[in-house]
Amino acid sequence: METTGQLTGAKALRRTGFYLFSAIIAIVMFLPFYWSLLTAIKPDEEIFTIPIQWIPTSITFDHFVKAFTTVPFGLYFWNSFVLAVLGVLFNLFFGSLSGYAFAKLKFRLNQPLFRILLAAMMIPGIVTMIPSVYVLQHFPLLGGNNLMGEGGYGLMNTIWGVILPGASGSFAVFFMRQFFVSLPGDMLEVARIEGAGEFRIFWRIYLPLTAPALATLGIFTFQAGWNSFLWPMIVLNDPEKHTIQMGLQAFSYNYQTDFGPMMAGALVAIAPILVLFLLLQRYFVQGIAFSGVKG
Amino acid sequence: MSAINKLERHQARTAYLFIAPTMLLFIIFMVIPVVMALYLSFTNYDVLSRMDWVGWDNYRRLLDDSLLWLTFRNVLLYAVIFVPLNIMVSFGLGLLVNHAWRGVKLFRTLYYLPTLTSAVAAATVWLWLLHPEFGLVNGLLSYIGVTGPAWVAQTETAMMAIVLVTLWQSVGSNMIIYLAGLQGVPGHLYESARLDGANRWDMIRYITWPQLRPTTFLVSTMAIIGALQLFDQAFVLTQGGPANMTKTPVYLIYQQGFNQLQMGYASAQAFVLAMAILIFSLINMRITKAEESVI
Repeated sequence: METTGQLTGAKALRRTGFYLFSAIIAIVMFLPFYWSLLTAIKPDEEIFTIPIQWIPTSITFDHFVKAFTTVPFGLYFWNSFVLAVLGVLFNLFFGSLSGYAFAKLKFRLNQPLFRILLAAMMIPGIVTMIPSVYVLQHFPLLGGNNLMGEGGYGLMNTIWGVILPGASGSFAVFFMRQFFVSLPGDMLEVARIEGAGEFRIFWRIYLPLTAPALATLGIFTFQAGWNSFLWPMIVLNDPEKHTIQMGLQAFSYNYQTDFGPMMAGALVAIAPILVLFLLLQRYFVQGIAFSGVKG
Repeated sequence: MSAINKLERHQARTAYLFIAPTMLLFIIFMVIPVVMALYLSFTNYDVLSRMDWVGWDNYRRLLDDSLLWLTFRNVLLYAVIFVPLNIMVSFGLGLLVNHAWRGVKLFRTLYYLPTLTSAVAAATVWLWLLHPEFGLVNGLLSYIGVTGPAWVAQTETAMMAIVLVTLWQSVGSNMIIYLAGLQGVPGHLYESARLDGANRWDMIRYITWPQLRPTTFLVSTMAIIGALQLFDQAFVLTQGGPANMTKTPVYLIYQQGFNQLQMGYASAQAFVLAMAILIFSLINMRITKAEESVI
């Protein structure tokens, strides 16, 4: 009796230690969120106080109002949303279409083409950045260009210039292919015998089975699109087309001491991904496990 | 016989149709830009008028470009601090939350939250956290009687500020990767170690850590590849300053190409950076392959 009592005592101590330690780290990790929220809802005069005021005496939404009125944050929010959603739709469709072809259909160039796509994933974005601008600018017959791609701005300064280079990312193809490979091939044979067309087989039989993979890929693509910064900054010159990340950067650069509205803006820029995460947590974790195992 | 042939031909045609959008985008935004980048790096292309062949001039100029080598020194310094810290913290967090106890899921979620933030938003929030007078970090330091530095404005601490932000943003997802790895360590190893009288620390030191070596290599090569391409946080937090101490190669290439319009020379710089990244990508791929054979 005595020994078991001691054992549980030691165990209880270990548990307490665990919870204490984990909680301290959790506070540290969460503190930047709390601090930015605190700054965003504090009245101006309480932001610049020493020592730190942990709980505001009154709550105000002035900073959110100010952030949205000094710069068109609402418009930026919408622009980012459109960019991210279009990026998701393109990647899900093209990614699963070619992922399915690489996984389930026989054709001579299957392996070589897939290997080339994979190998190209190692090429860092910085190499293609400058010539991609050239390619966008000289797109034939678009944006005032003639057939030779001269005369206008092509796809520069359009949302297509941001979306198209990543519209069928190699990662999306690879990710979807791995998923289709794990599905059995006999449904395909049966459907073929019954005379179903190839696209119908893909669209009606196989694609619905990949719903969890699509969800994971969709979330990752959305997050990447929403958070992207450098490429939209290069492509989009027109202030009307700026994204929320660009707007936030410009705000923090131009209003360097206006921390209240700045934090309000940062929270608005973070919020959609946080909401998405809280709603669809398990798909996030699956995605990382995949990227971790497969590099 | 001919029926089978016909079916296979039909299948192949469908497959090429399915992969057509992906391959088309791949050619336009990957193959052409890579070839062009190589070509541009031998020209004096400046967007406006010139695109003359200058031979090896750009590459010769690189050798004497002290600013370029400074940016490389900066990211190497960053990597030397960031990567080991990242590994230690992520591994530690992975160990900490590798329990099936009540509340562990909440801790995992809280540690993961920062990875959802965009680089721009995170850097904006930390700009305020690291404010020399009214920032949270120096506020906390003052509780223990330490006068904190002017983080982003001082040459000695500016890079540490970027390390802090990126660390906060990245340990969560690496923790998940380690967690996946930890759950793959065979339980019988611990059993036999326990029979041999090993304590908890011994088990981590002699079983867990060596067993997770592939994961560690993977996480570190990915972190190095990311470090070499650092841009967003440096752009928002320090604008490459003070005195170029946090300017990164991507930052320099961006400025050279899009502010000074020396796109030919910027392409040459991009190629040098790409070579450095490629080396680590190849190592990374090797390890991933090795790990697959283990699984």
